[in-house]
Amino acid sequence: MAKKMKFSIYRYNPDTDTKPYYQDYEVELGEHDKKLLNALVKLKEELDDSVSFRRSCREGVCGSDAMNINGRNGLACLTDLDSLKEPVVLNPIPGLPVIRDLIVDMTQFFHQYHSIKPYVIDEQPMPENERLQSPEDRKELDGVIECILCACCSTSCPSFWWNPDKFLGPAALLHAYRFLADSRDQATNERLNDLNDPYRLFRCHTIMNCVDVCPKHLNPTKAIGKIKEMMVSRMV
Amino acid sequence: MSLPILKFDAVVVGGGGAGLRAALQLSEAGVKTVVLSKVFPTRSHTAAAQGGISASFGNSEEDNWHWHMYDTVKGADWLGDQDSIEFMCKQATEAVAELEHYGMPFDRLENGKIYQRPFGGHMAEFGKKPVRRACAVADRTGHAMLHALYQRNVKAQTHFFVEWMALDLIRDKDGDVVGVTALEMETGQVYIIHAKAVLFATGGSGRIYQASTNAFINTGDGVGMALRAGLPVEDIEFWQFHPTGLYGAGVLITEGVRGEGGYLLNANGERFMERYAPTAKDLASRDVVSRAMQVEINEGRGCGAGKDHVLLKLDHLGAEVIDQRLPGIREISIQFLGIDPVKQPIPVVPTCHYMMGGIPTNYRGEVIDGVDEKIVKGFYAAGECACASVHGANRLGTNSLLDLVVFGKSAGNSVIEYVKTMDEPKELPENAAEFTLARLAKLEAATSGEKLADVRRDMQVCMQQHASVFRTQKVLDEGVANILDVYKRAQNLYIDDKSKVFNTARVEALEFLNTIEVAVATMVAARERTESRGAHAREDYPDRNDEKWMKHTLYYSNGNRLEYKEVHTKPLSVDYIPPAKRVY
Repeated sequence: MAKKMKFSIYRYNPDTDTKPYYQDYEVELGEHDKKLLNALVKLKEELDDSVSFRRSCREGVCGSDAMNINGRNGLACLTDLDSLKEPVVLNPIPGLPVIRDLIVDMTQFFHQYHSIKPYVIDEQPMPENERLQSPEDRKELDGVIECILCACCSTSCPSFWWNPDKFLGPAALLHAYRFLADSRDQATNERLNDLNDPYRLFRCHTIMNCVDVCPKHLNPTKAIGKIKEMMVSRMV
Repeated sequence: MSLPILKFDAVVVGGGGAGLRAALQLSEAGVKTVVLSKVFPTRSHTAAAQGGISASFGNSEEDNWHWHMYDTVKGADWLGDQDSIEFMCKQATEAVAELEHYGMPFDRLENGKIYQRPFGGHMAEFGKKPVRRACAVADRTGHAMLHALYQRNVKAQTHFFVEWMALDLIRDKDGDVVGVTALEMETGQVYIIHAKAVLFATGGSGRIYQASTNAFINTGDGVGMALRAGLPVEDIEFWQFHPTGLYGAGVLITEGVRGEGGYLLNANGERFMERYAPTAKDLASRDVVSRAMQVEINEGRGCGAGKDHVLLKLDHLGAEVIDQRLPGIREISIQFLGIDPVKQPIPVVPTCHYMMGGIPTNYRGEVIDGVDEKIVKGFYAAGECACASVHGANRLGTNSLLDLVVFGKSAGNSVIEYVKTMDEPKELPENAAEFTLARLAKLEAATSGEKLADVRRDMQVCMQQHASVFRTQKVLDEGVANILDVYKRAQNLYIDDKSKVFNTARVEALEFLNTIEVAVATMVAARERTESRGAHAREDYPDRNDEKWMKHTLYYSNGNRLEYKEVHTKPLSVDYIPPAKRVY
């Protein structure tokens, strides 16, 4: 027998709505519909093609389909339908302006990411082949480079909600650490100077929502701690 | 109706690996460029590539680009153009070193050099024994490459229009390309982008099949636009079925699993690839392995209740190797099937993965039209949407990422040369956007007819049933009739959502109108080719027929017309590699 599931979805279309509202749906699931994204695709195909959300890879590597699922940020494509209490309440990831339904304007999030200079800085002439890096040095980047920029972490962080323009947020800070930790990067001092600011780095109050929601099981709080350690050890 | 016009020297359509590599070349050269991308660039499907990028560094054992070239020619079943193949294989080490210089976090050997692993069809000494040529970042190589390229573009201050979808090519009376029409998704506004040069890097179209490793966004937009503009698509009958798509879910499980020592088992627990490819075994070319798997399944040796898949065993590698080299596929297998490969084998099945064909180009990334390969001025293409043709009838694993960076850069360089020759873009034709606006108006006006989800599903079912791993005349004849019927129905498409702001239903409908072009092209081209070569396997014509069929297909959508052109048999500097029997 086909299984049905109830959803309550945040709706807002600036073309027609003066304010947001919730719309309820009941979706009939097929035997291969295991993930929340399967149900949403089905809903859009069969019940209401105006329900708007982003999605692409459907395997947790592109970071498109972050949403707030029963009060918790996650990727629709990696969320088991079995694990969800009904009705499943879907909201846009919090703290960013809503464009439509579950689609948010991520400008601020990417602005913070871009502001940490997310590229290896090494102005020396490059060798013909690769630069050398020891496996130990390379290992420092594990647990950091897997970030998919889905924004689940930053938009679950109260400090980011309050100061999205001044506090970098866990995702950008994780990337800040990614370049500080890279033995090939030559800009450690400049990077630490840039982060040494009451807001950019130090608004992190170790609430650890970021760690809790990361769909790639990364630990931005730990990376932030390591940045702080680097600042301290630079002073002594 | 007049539309806002935005003017650039160059417009790159697509922000995946090829588009970003091309954009970097253009930005660093100071060419006024914009990159249009349907998704934020790091969400492009390049992110899903897992196993590696090939380059004959020889970091672990002797290797050289001549062997890489031989493997690619052989992998392509002699349908690849040998000038393009030489160009790519020779450039590989430089191209991959560049990625390292951009900050790509390759895994490392003890001596600090890039870690390389074995991969399907990568052999030393012209096919004698497997060689470690695939440069890897665990099993997340594409993700690491895409992010490194995006990051380098941030440094180069490349200009992006994110969540914009190109709709149609604009060609002037000479047939030169002078821009595109494009939709800004957030506002629903359509623009004309007027440019000296247009570079397509729009990726593949794996969504023509029901079971695919491809992302939702892989809808063949570039090929659809080229076909609508009267340009051909080359060798589109050749689709790669990846041997190890996750059973039921379609998600990719990298060939790197077999590169690290995993192997396939049938229901009898037999390592059956030893029978089909005595030397390379599980590391034979993908078409060879996929066919072997399909034969095992067809002959009743499939696994599970439905006897409809085989098993990929890797638990013998141990948790440590799996966690270090293959952490992503462990996660995927647990996520989607609840199976931990450290303890149990992964159920897998051949799954549509890659479009070998595409918009015909030379190795400089210039689009070429017709049997005489006339250059289409102002138009360039690179990556999966293009056919250079390096992959011929079957692509080797890890040559796709290499293709993106080598030909992205090469096409970028060609654009730089071309835009220097003119002060201003050539004039826009009158009513440059008329065609696009008519298409949009029709979609807006339709309130009944064919529902997008229905026609799209019927297309996918048709392709899955009629253009799969094994093909016959009867199955293809029926397939052509069916897909032309679906095509007809697609002309009466309607969507309910008519709003302007971020209308994803409209985007999906416009994508589908590209995808269906690719599906029809595939079926029509496949029906004509009465031989077996690479990924095109005909049960009724089991052998390769070089005399009659060592030629490229060109398909034009007008009248579903086919033409054939010669394979390039003159490499740039080395001797031609003549056809031989393909044994692994």
